[in-house]
Amino acid sequence: MADALEGFRREARDWLEANCPAEMRTPMRSEKDICWGGRKFTFASDAQKQWLDVMAQRGWTVPDWPRDYGGGGLSPAEAKVLKQEMAALGCRVPLQSFGISMLGPALLEYGTEAQKLEHLPKIARGEIRWCQGYSEPNAGSDLASLATSAEDMGDHFLVNGQKVWTSYADQADWIFCLVRTDTSQKQGGISFLLFDMESEGVSTKPIRLISGASPFCETFFDDVKVPKDQLLGAVNQGWTVAKYLLGHEREMISGMGGRAQGPLLSEYALAKIGRDEQRRLDDPVLRARIALYEVRAHAFAAMSERFIDRLKAGKIHPAQPSMMKYYGTELNKDRHELLMAAGGSDALEWDSENSGGGKAARAWLRTKANSIEGGTSEIQLNIIAKRILELPEG
Amino acid sequence: MPLFLDDDQETLADTVRPFMASEAPVSHLRTLRDADDPAGFSRDLWRQFGEMGFTGVLVDEADGGLGMGHVEAGIVLEEIGRNLTPSPFIGTAVGAVEALRGADAPLKQAWLPGIIAGETVAALALDEAAKHRPRHVGLKAERQGNGFRLSGEKQFVAFGHEADLLIVSARTSGDGSDEDGVTLFAVPRSQPGITVKAERLADSSFAARVDLDGVELDGSAVIGEVDGGRALLNRVLSVVRAGASSEMVGVAEGASAMTLDYLKQRKQFGRVIGSYQALQHRAAHLYSEMEVARAATLKAQQSLDAGSADADRDASVAKAMAGMASGLAVREAVQMHGGIGMTDEYDVGFFMKRQRVLAEMFGDADFHADRLARMDGY
Repeated sequence: MADALEGFRREARDWLEANCPAEMRTPMRSEKDICWGGRKFTFASDAQKQWLDVMAQRGWTVPDWPRDYGGGGLSPAEAKVLKQEMAALGCRVPLQSFGISMLGPALLEYGTEAQKLEHLPKIARGEIRWCQGYSEPNAGSDLASLATSAEDMGDHFLVNGQKVWTSYADQADWIFCLVRTDTSQKQGGISFLLFDMESEGVSTKPIRLISGASPFCETFFDDVKVPKDQLLGAVNQGWTVAKYLLGHEREMISGMGGRAQGPLLSEYALAKIGRDEQRRLDDPVLRARIALYEVRAHAFAAMSERFIDRLKAGKIHPAQPSMMKYYGTELNKDRHELLMAAGGSDALEWDSENSGGGKAARAWLRTKANSIEGGTSEIQLNIIAKRILELPEG
Repeated sequence: MPLFLDDDQETLADTVRPFMASEAPVSHLRTLRDADDPAGFSRDLWRQFGEMGFTGVLVDEADGGLGMGHVEAGIVLEEIGRNLTPSPFIGTAVGAVEALRGADAPLKQAWLPGIIAGETVAALALDEAAKHRPRHVGLKAERQGNGFRLSGEKQFVAFGHEADLLIVSARTSGDGSDEDGVTLFAVPRSQPGITVKAERLADSSFAARVDLDGVELDGSAVIGEVDGGRALLNRVLSVVRAGASSEMVGVAEGASAMTLDYLKQRKQFGRVIGSYQALQHRAAHLYSEMEVARAATLKAQQSLDAGSADADRDASVAKAMAGMASGLAVREAVQMHGGIGMTDEYDVGFFMKRQRVLAEMFGDADFHADRLARMDGY
C-alpha cells in the first residue's frame, strides 16, 4: 500500500517535471494569473493554455473525479500525494472554477448519468465556466425565501426573477440556479436548475464594490426557457442539493485562511517598518499583534489539516464546515487589517506604482466579503449553535 | 499520519476517561482542598496511576514502561484536565521522564522504576522569576572535585514540596542568557542544603520555592552533557508545553460541558437562556476556538513523536493557542453561569483557577507568541 503510493509519487513527480512548463512553476503574481477556463476566457500566455491542456488530458484538473467524467480516478491518498508533488515543484493550479469546487460534487451526488456525461468533462477540460445563482435582493442570509420563479410549462420551465451577488456572471457560460417551483412551502418549494447564460432572456450587470473591483453581478431572468432535463435532483428537492453544495463552498472559502496567500505578514512589515537594535520589528505593539495572529494562523493550519483528514475518514460532523468557514474568514480579515497597519500610508495609495495599484488596500477590502458570502459569520454561528452544540431554537 | 486519534489511541482514551471520572472527579479536588491536605494530591491515586500504566506511558519498553508517545500522554492529561485531577503527572511522567531519556543508564535505573510504579514524584525546577524565562539560567553549579556544588533559587516548582527528585537547570559556565554553559541535574530532594517552601496556589495545587545552598552532587547527577544541556532543556520544555496544552484542552472541555448543560436548563424570561442568540453566538465562537486549540495540540504531539524539525515551534503554537482558547472557555463559563458561577459551592470556579495556573506554566500565550516571532526572525 505504502509502496504503491511511493511508486505513484515518483510517477507523478516525473510526469509533472516533464509536462509542467517552467512559467507555470512560478508563483502567481496576481488574480489575473488564475486560469478559470470557459468560452470567454483569454489565456494569459501559451504556457497557461498548454498546462491546462496536458493536465486536463491526464484528468488531473480534477484528480479525484472518476475517469469516465474527465477526472483522474485517483484515490484520496493519491490525490493528496499529487497535491504535495505539485506544491513541491511549485506548479500552479491548472484550472480553478466553481464547476470544480461546487457544481461538480453536486452533479456527482445528484446528477443523472446523462447530466454527468454532459457537464463534468467540460468542467474538467475548462471548456464551460459556471456561475452560481443563489442570493436575491430579498433573500440573503434567509436564502430559502428566494422568489425567482420557474413555472412548469409542460416541456420546459419558464424562469423569471432576479439574482444578485452572482460571482463572475458576466464571464460565465452556464449557471446553476435556485428557483421556486412551489410557493406553498419554503425550503420544500425550491428546485435546482442548470442553464446556458446565452439563453434568451438572461442579462447581467456588474456590481462595483468598495474595492473597486466588480467580481459580482446582478443577473436578470425574463421569460427564460429551460428544458426539463436540466433540472438537477427532483422537483422541489433543490434545497437539499444546495445545502450539499454550500458545504463545499464553505470548505473552499475557509481554505483561504489556512496558509494565507500573498506576502508573509512579518516580511511585509519588516520591509515597511524596519528593525530595532535587537533586530525585532521596530514597532513593538504591531509586532505583538502580528505574533498573536500568527499563533492563530499556525493553529488554524493544523485545524485545516485535521479537518481534511477527518473528512476523508468520514469522521466529520456535517456542520463542521461552518466552523471552518467562520474561523478561516475571520482570520483572513484579521490578516489584512494587520497588512494595512504594517503598510501605513503606503498601503493607502489607490493607484500608485509604489502600492502596486493599491494592491494591499483592494485586497483588504475584498476580504470583508469573506465573512458575508457563502453564509455570513452570524449564520455559521447559528448553525454551530444549533447543530453541533444542540442549543434550542429561540 | 492523519491528524486524529488512531484506533489504539481511541481505546486508550476509552480506558482513561471512565477511570479519571470515577477515581478523581472534581469532588476529589474539593475534598483535598477542604481537608487542607498538605500534599495537595493523593499518593494512593498516584500509585493507581502506576498500576494503570499512566506514569510509565512515555518510558521506553526496555526500561519497563509502555513505550508510547506524547499523543498518548496527552490523552491522559486531557482527562486530568477535564476532571481537575490534582497530580504531579506532568512534571514526573512527562517532564522528568523526557529529561531522563537523555541520562546514563545508572541514572535511569535510579529513578524510572519508582516513577513507573507510582511511588516516586519528580518536579521540574526551571523557573527563577515570576515570569517563565528559560533562556536565563542563573542558578550556579560550580565544579568541586569530581562533582558540583549548586547554589541558587528556583520557583513555581509544581509539587516540589512532595518531590523525591528535582530536575534542575543550572549554569556550569558563562552567564545570564548564554545558550551554552547550561547543565541539567537530577537532584535528590533529600540532599543536604535544599530548602523547600511549599506555596499553595490559587487553584489549591502546590508549587514550591526551592533554595539550593551549596548542594553537593557527584558527577553521576548530571543528565546528558556538562555545559551542553540547552538542547535537552528545550526538548523537556517542548514536551511539557504540549502536555500542558492537552491539560488545558481538557479543562476547557470540562468547563464548557458544564456551561452547555446550564444553558440548556436555566430559564429566564420564560425561556432557557441557551435559546438566546447573544449566548448562542458566544458559545459557538468558543467551540471554534477550542477545536482549533485541540488541532494545534495534537499537531504538536504528533510532531514530537515523529521527531519533526517543527516540533519545537508546534509546541509553542499549541501552548499559546490552548492558553487563549481555554482562557476564553473558563471566562465564558463563569460569566454564563451568572451569580452561581461566582460561588465556591459550585465547581465552575475551580476550572477558572486551574486554567490560570496552566496558562502561566511553561510560558503564557504572550511568551510563546514572542518566541514564535523570534523563530521567524522579526
